[in-house]
Amino acid sequence: MSTAIPSPPVVQFIRVTKSFGEIKALNDISFEIYAGEFFSLLGPSGCGKTTTLRLLAGLEQPDEGSGEIRLLGRTVNQARPYERPLSMVFQNYALFPHLSVARNVAFGLEQRKTSRAEIDQRVKRALEMVRLDPDLFGRRMPGQLSGGQRQRVALARALVLEPAILLLDEPLGAIDLKLRKDMQLELKALNKQLGTTFIYVTHDQEEALTMSDRIGVMENARLAQLGTPAEVYENPRTAFVASFIGESNFFQGHATKDSRGEWTARGPGLSFRVPDNPQLENGSEVRVAVRPEWMDLCRPDEVPGAENAVIGTIGDIIYLGETIHVVVSVPQVGKVKVAVRNEGQLLKPLAWKRGEPVAVVWLPEECQVLEAG
Amino acid sequence: MSASWHRRVFRWFSHPGIQAWTLLGPGMFWLIVFFLVPILIMLAYSFMPRGIYGGVDPGFTLEHYARFFDPLYLDVLQRTFLWSVACTVVCLLLGYPVAYLIARPGRWRHLLLLLVVLPFWTSFLVRTFAMIFLLRDTGLINDWLLRLGLTREPLTILYTPAAVMVGLVYGFLPFMILPVYASLEKLDSSLLEAAEVLGARPSARFWRVTLPLSMPGVIAGSLLVFIPALGSFLTPDLLGGGKQMMIGNLVQNQFSAARNWPFGSAASFIVMVLVLVAVLIYLRIRGREPAGALL
Repeated sequence: MSTAIPSPPVVQFIRVTKSFGEIKALNDISFEIYAGEFFSLLGPSGCGKTTTLRLLAGLEQPDEGSGEIRLLGRTVNQARPYERPLSMVFQNYALFPHLSVARNVAFGLEQRKTSRAEIDQRVKRALEMVRLDPDLFGRRMPGQLSGGQRQRVALARALVLEPAILLLDEPLGAIDLKLRKDMQLELKALNKQLGTTFIYVTHDQEEALTMSDRIGVMENARLAQLGTPAEVYENPRTAFVASFIGESNFFQGHATKDSRGEWTARGPGLSFRVPDNPQLENGSEVRVAVRPEWMDLCRPDEVPGAENAVIGTIGDIIYLGETIHVVVSVPQVGKVKVAVRNEGQLLKPLAWKRGEPVAVVWLPEECQVLEAG
Repeated sequence: MSASWHRRVFRWFSHPGIQAWTLLGPGMFWLIVFFLVPILIMLAYSFMPRGIYGGVDPGFTLEHYARFFDPLYLDVLQRTFLWSVACTVVCLLLGYPVAYLIARPGRWRHLLLLLVVLPFWTSFLVRTFAMIFLLRDTGLINDWLLRLGLTREPLTILYTPAAVMVGLVYGFLPFMILPVYASLEKLDSSLLEAAEVLGARPSARFWRVTLPLSMPGVIAGSLLVFIPALGSFLTPDLLGGGKQMMIGNLVQNQFSAARNWPFGSAASFIVMVLVLVAVLIYLRIRGREPAGALL
């Protein structure tokens, strides 16, 4: 048996707070990122994710006396950006408009007093790495490039320095969907191939789920949850995480434990079983989230005994291609969304019609018990 | 029936050609009558023999242009050119840091800009006279120097080339600061951040990013200082005491005291050609942008 020795963290945030005037952009944030990880900071705009990245880059300093930022084990709270072992891809790419593509990519190497021959060679390799032909693009000016090409140049300019840490601030935001999907996979591949730690800021939950080893979900200047994509999607800790990443139906009730040790929650107009959870106490308020794709529809008189059920009426039926969302109005609970696999509406149309009575069913263990607050 | 006349006028006016001429017309009329015509008259005069009682006699001659190549006048031309270049360089060295400071985000920006343009609220003549009180032997500067014991005798500043340079720089400094400020203020701050993250220390960041990207402002400012400096006559006259002539003084003299209009015209045209060359060099540097991009 060999035990994996955990490599020391590349990035450590220890109780960091950052204020802009009266407003706290980051409130007592702590986390660690390990070598080679693809780590995403995910959250709505204004949640503090970009501030976190700028603190890492040294473009902002944490509040005086508030915690510590360590890179490769060294405290860098006051270190200038050029003293840090990292590089960054900016949201608007920030290519130097007066320098050619090759000179843009060479910029960082020139600051490091690299020899001309080595610069030429490394610039060429970096451009090839992001799949831009150095002979074709090297002499072009940034103004002559498309958005996707600029994005690649910005990436090459950062990667050519072979940094220990690469920061990416929503680099795919301005690119069209198809190209974005390709770039997501390319970035992920580069991360694995180079072994560089990638720290990626995005507000796009799908992007974060696709690329990340771990995701830090941010809300209101705080870290709401930190975990693998499966952990944050399948076991969201708070209602915010459950609704920001994917879609969720929420149910609420007072928990009671029966003689067999099983928990049931009762609320106005519904009663459902809840899996055992350390948070549960007799009589306490419990809130759960259930993913639409984990739920099923059946006729009200055919509900399987082991499953939770709410009875309602079919409302909107939304065709999404891969799935169909059926919105069910449940009295006293509200609208419940159920995702049904699309098996082909032309050959095998959905069995449900608007206005029909229906039962929404799910297994007790599919309830994600949420933290209060 | 009569209600449709305004519709017809409106339709007539909405014709693109008519519209352009209606908008251009008044301004163009003004420029043609009060700028182009006098210049053409001057051009004609510069090729005509000098009249005995001033003015010109009919005929054609190149003597005024030839006369300009007298060492006496070439000396004036050379001095004018050197002083204008020196004034431009000093304005750039003094003005760039000021513009840089103003362009930094901060609550003082508008106040500082106001201070830069404040001198324009008074006439240039009055300000130049005020400078005499500052620079003369019994002026404020000498007063302070004597009181502080830095000199025993008052320094002669007024009526020296140094006084002219002080006056020229003082007069044209805002024309350097404003365009440099405009180009620095437009500078995308994320470019500076990118430079720093890529390893550029503040000095490298300035030389490699800030300065190259503010070059349009530097060039515009240099032209806006250099061109009027070439033609200045008030400052060398009042602060230089007329001892060290610039070409502007020469032209003024020829038109007033000497009553030699053709020679004055020829001298003006030589300055104009110099200015034109400067503008052409500028346009070459800026590429094929329209001349309106000067600012």
